Amino acid sequence: MHTDPDILVAARNLSFERSDRLIFSNINLEIHKGKITAIMGPSGTGKTTFLRLISGQLTPSSGSVTVSGIELCRLRLRELYKARRQIGMLFQSGALFTNLNVFENVAFPLREHTQLSEQMVRDLVLIKLQAVGLRGARDLMPSELSGGMARRVAMARALMLDPQLMLYDEPFAGQDPITMGMLLQLIKKLNEALGLTSVIVSHDVQETASIADYIYVIADGKIVGQGTPEELFNNITPAVRQFLRGLPDGAVPFHYPAKDYEEDLLS
Amino acid sequence: MIDKIQALGHAGLTICQHLGLSGIFLFKTLARRPRPGEGFKLLREQIYTVGVLSLLIILVSSLFIGMVIGLQGYNTLQRFGAEQELGQLLALSVTRELGPVVTALLFAGRAGTALTAEIGLMRATDQLESMEMMAVDPLWRIISPRFWAGFISMPLLAMIFNMGAIYGGYLVGVQWLGIDAGSFWSNMQAAVTFRMDVMNGLIKSLVFGFVVTWIAVYQGYFTVPNAAGISSATTKTVVYSSLAILALDFVLTSMMLKGW
Ligand SMILES: Nc1ncnc2c1ncn2[C@@H]1O[C@H](COP(=O)(O)OP(=O)(O)O)[C@@H](O)[C@H]1O
Ligand SMILES: [Mg+2]
Repeated sequence: MHTDPDILVAARNLSFERSDRLIFSNINLEIHKGKITAIMGPSGTGKTTFLRLISGQLTPSSGSVTVSGIELCRLRLRELYKARRQIGMLFQSGALFTNLNVFENVAFPLREHTQLSEQMVRDLVLIKLQAVGLRGARDLMPSELSGGMARRVAMARALMLDPQLMLYDEPFAGQDPITMGMLLQLIKKLNEALGLTSVIVSHDVQETASIADYIYVIADGKIVGQGTPEELFNNITPAVRQFLRGLPDGAVPFHYPAKDYEEDLLS
Repeated sequence: MIDKIQALGHAGLTICQHLGLSGIFLFKTLARRPRPGEGFKLLREQIYTVGVLSLLIILVSSLFIGMVIGLQGYNTLQRFGAEQELGQLLALSVTRELGPVVTALLFAGRAGTALTAEIGLMRATDQLESMEMMAVDPLWRIISPRFWAGFISMPLLAMIFNMGAIYGGYLVGVQWLGIDAGSFWSNMQAAVTFRMDVMNGLIKSLVFGFVVTWIAVYQGYFTVPNAAGISSATTKTVVYSSLAILALDFVLTSMMLKGW
């Protein structure tokens, strides 16, 4: 369909509904190769859902999402799994296997997909762990890790099969400022050093904007603003301003839809 | 009135939907053939956690149940002067009914809940999804070995239960209450047939193993991904498994007694 070789992920007229609720309506979005693209929006707007649409875990109600021109959700299981090796995903929770230690967690993709010798596996795992600064933590169990460490281990694991696209789901949520800074650095460094394309889904505005090349702001199922960080901070659309400045009420209402307050109390 | 009919219809549809979904789930799981080598290693690990770790509760329960049957049977049979028949009573009730049924109920409580909770936790913490994202099929990697482990373990556990219960009855009847050991064993040997009693009991426990493990992994895999979801899935595993075991036992028994 699209011919621009610079575009890795493209959403065309994408709509998605879940239990009769329209989560996305008619979204068009492009993610360029080699860039860090951020998708921001308030909680519950469907940022995680969007990542699942990219990775083919969910199927759009209409329109399409393509990765390198391929619609993952239309693939058969075997091809889907082949395509997914090109995609690394960092889950909000880290999603480390609780019964395996750090080393085995990172080694998991290799053990499943390759027949490498034990020495080779060891070397490759240590290289990835070194890249996230946790070579010394290889014998710890996931329950012994702090939130930031767990995310870095998960990052090493997601990078194990050398993907070209990395999806980060809320990588900074609930982290202290030091950890946050470290994760930011890491994402940026990895993106450059490994020639990745990164998609960061987040509601931490300032932090994400500091490393993103391009930002989409989603609210109410639509893209309400997009551009480079500078362009966005000069954007005057009410919803964008409200989100970027963290105002509690405005175009995105504080109240969940309800009937009239007075009427409700008196009924 | 209309509301009630509607609710009934809705409940009926929901049940059908679950049955269909669990059927598809089972089919997909069974369609994943265990790859030799790695698959065997996964299966062996699961037979250990599902089967071997259930051994203790099965053994202890079987001893006590055998001992209770020994006591009760002796007291009743003695009134007719037929206490020599204790071996027969014990072996028949254990191999035909108690062995498969009680083993399955204990298995559902011990291993079934553990399976549901483990898989449910993996679901709630995105471990299953992250596996899919690493292009590893959780049905193959997680569900299939657990399912086969349950299916294989149950009949073995039931046989161990049978032996434990008979030994328990022997302890009480022969060692304690003083029935003649020779008549205890020879009456038992004369009364129990391999085909009708032992085999039928094994067939039952194969069916129970299949159903209990199916329910357990299904409940785990489709857990509502949060803490409340895991606890309710675990409860459902025990309730549905127990009901299924007892209902199927009736069906199977009637089929077996009528000669299929
Ligand atoms: N499994 C599901 N079934 C139904 N609705 C869901 C499910 N998962 C998420 N949702 C709904 O979809 C919306 C978007 O969720 P999500 O993508 O997790 O938001 P975000 O990541 O932006 O916080 C939410 O309103 C949520 O209630
Ligand atoms: Mg989310």
